[in-house]
Amino acid sequence: MNIVVCVKQVVDTEAEKRLDPTSWRLDRTVENILNPYDEYAVEEAVRLKEAHGGEITVLCMGPEEAAAAVRKALAMGADRAVMVTDPALAGSDTQGTAHALAEALKPLEFDITLFGIMSTDAQTGQVPAAVAALLDLPLLSALNKVEIRDGALSVHRQTDQGYVAYECPLPAVLSVAKGINEPRYPSLKGIMAAKKKPMEVKDAAALSLVPGRIGGSGAKTRVLATSNPQPRAPGVRVEDQGDGAEKILDFLLKEKLV
Amino acid sequence: MEFALSDEQQAIAKAVRDLMEGEIAPRAAEIDEGEKFPAWVRELFQRYDLFAAMLPREYGGIDGSLLTQCVVMEGVARVCASSSMVLGNQSLGATPLVLAGSEEQKRRWLPAFATGEKLASFGLTEPNAGSDVKGLSTRAVRSEGGWIVNGRKCFITHANVADLVVVFAKVHEGGGDQITAFLVETDRSGYEVDKIEHKMGLRGSTTCSFVLEDVWVPEENMLGRVGEGFPILVDSLNKGRISVAAQSTGIALGALEASARYCKERTQFGQPLARMPAVQQIVADMVTAVDAARCLTWAAAYKYDTHAPDMVRYSGMAKLFASDAAMKVTTDAVQIMGGYGYMAEYPVERMMRDAKIFQIFEGTNQVQRLTVAREFFASL
Ligand SMILES: Cc1cc2nc3c(=O)[nH]c(=O)nc-3n(C[C@H](O)[C@H](O)[C@H](O)COP(=O)(O)OP(=O)(O)OC[C@H]3O[C@@H](n4cnc5c(N)ncnc54)[C@H](O)[C@@H]3O)c2cc1C
Repeated sequence: MNIVVCVKQVVDTEAEKRLDPTSWRLDRTVENILNPYDEYAVEEAVRLKEAHGGEITVLCMGPEEAAAAVRKALAMGADRAVMVTDPALAGSDTQGTAHALAEALKPLEFDITLFGIMSTDAQTGQVPAAVAALLDLPLLSALNKVEIRDGALSVHRQTDQGYVAYECPLPAVLSVAKGINEPRYPSLKGIMAAKKKPMEVKDAAALSLVPGRIGGSGAKTRVLATSNPQPRAPGVRVEDQGDGAEKILDFLLKEKLV
Repeated sequence: MEFALSDEQQAIAKAVRDLMEGEIAPRAAEIDEGEKFPAWVRELFQRYDLFAAMLPREYGGIDGSLLTQCVVMEGVARVCASSSMVLGNQSLGATPLVLAGSEEQKRRWLPAFATGEKLASFGLTEPNAGSDVKGLSTRAVRSEGGWIVNGRKCFITHANVADLVVVFAKVHEGGGDQITAFLVETDRSGYEVDKIEHKMGLRGSTTCSFVLEDVWVPEENMLGRVGEGFPILVDSLNKGRISVAAQSTGIALGALEASARYCKERTQFGQPLARMPAVQQIVADMVTAVDAARCLTWAAAYKYDTHAPDMVRYSGMAKLFASDAAMKVTTDAVQIMGGYGYMAEYPVERMMRDAKIFQIFEGTNQVQRLTVAREFFASL
């Protein structure tokens, strides 16, 4: 079972985020971390490897500093890494990113390509689907259970009401939902071992990326304006007159939260 | 002087921070209230190889560098000083073996200390021998194939859970008393922990008295030679104090972060406390103290790792400066949080109680000042 996990480095979810007022790009000079949603994908890959053997490759497109996020995935148990980095890729939109990842995936032999459901910064969730389309592979997204049975995938896809069970042949592209597992912390020995694991670095030329599809100039989307979110409306207040629990349940049902 | 952290040390710092925030922070108050050795913390640290940061690489350690150990100790103590003792005491108990053990003694114990499967303690202090370590009265006499040890030790960290205690005792030989170190397995008959102290702080770390009543140990349990106990304990504590300085820095950092965050949220007279000049003055001194403590601690660790001749002075300076800083910063943290800082609902009152011991053990700060002055005058 060979697995590729695609990971991204993002601005720390706890850091204050700022947009550059001219380019509208996110200021990434603050603390950066492995995209928390990708941690679920890495953990799922490590669990699948523990159960079925094989090799895990981490694939990351990003600036050189993103190597720290890749090393975290290696410390969690991945075996090797491919880093796609090139100044020409800066500012790529989801289509450009998917193009770069798909080209990097082509020479890799894999049964599964795993993604987190989205990145915490852009939150589009489009890249896994775009990569699957470019590679002409099946996509199963938002999974909260992944199993291999008789050489095929048996998965649960999370929905608002419950889940839908799917079966699917390999190879396939999957994205996993938050909470599918509990990602492990890297152990200290895992961190030291990560240093010795192979990391291959590729640029746009090495992958023969199409210049018109990548970077800010190749982006098919353009940010026209941004605004700060509205301050949140005050919450609903429930006075308990013996029927508090009922009122709360009604509210939760109405909002489809239970 | 260069002591920048490597990529791995930075990753270790981050991993320790995440582990502590995720697993220990929610239960740190409970660890304090429990007044017990937190066995689950030991298991957690085993799972993530934290014990391995305390030992040399050849015996299952991470990289054997004291700087790496300091990074781990600061990160753990930032959230829970008691938990940091699980590691700190392992280091203190293992160091005499690292420094003076025979290959056989090392092979027997160090790999199990590096995984945390076995625990070590450092048995020096006695009721009548605190700062004055040469005043100890535990005795060892030769007996067929080994030694019989008699005496009483007090204030020994984790002696109730340790598998091995390094016991310092006097041997009367060559016309005088000679301090000698012995490896005493705690399942030997005659070893008994008879008291566990109630304390102001560091309450999740047990502090024990034990008696040694005709405890027989074989010859191979002597560490080094007769009379080498004093240099062994001095060298062990020179290392231990740098680790203690890192713990102190961590406690100070934890209190700084908790109280400063509170000051950004708490509003009085129509503005957050963080905007008030009087509070800013205090916070500026706190953050300066924390960073200065870390710099001195890392400098000392660097001196230790590179065998610098002025390591002993740096060890003393780091220990006294960082622990004094921890006491001051935690006290100020309570102050700027007002009544809330004093309440057990917030972590800073615990941190203030925990900080105090770091000015006392592994050589009081008064004794450190004697060492620093002596070393400095000698170097002129
Ligand atoms: C929580 C805790 C854990 C401990 N863990 C261990 C352990 O694991 N192993 C171990 O062996 N010990 C341990 N100790 C003992 C600790 O190291 C001693 O308490 C410490 O060295 C001080 O000794 P003392 O308490 O006898 O104080 P004393 O030596 O009686 O000192 C009392 C005061 O006199 C001052 N003083 C003494 N001599 C001088 C001098 N020459 N010049 C100036 N001032 C002086 C001291 O600074 C102090 O202020 C622990 C203690 C505590 C509280």
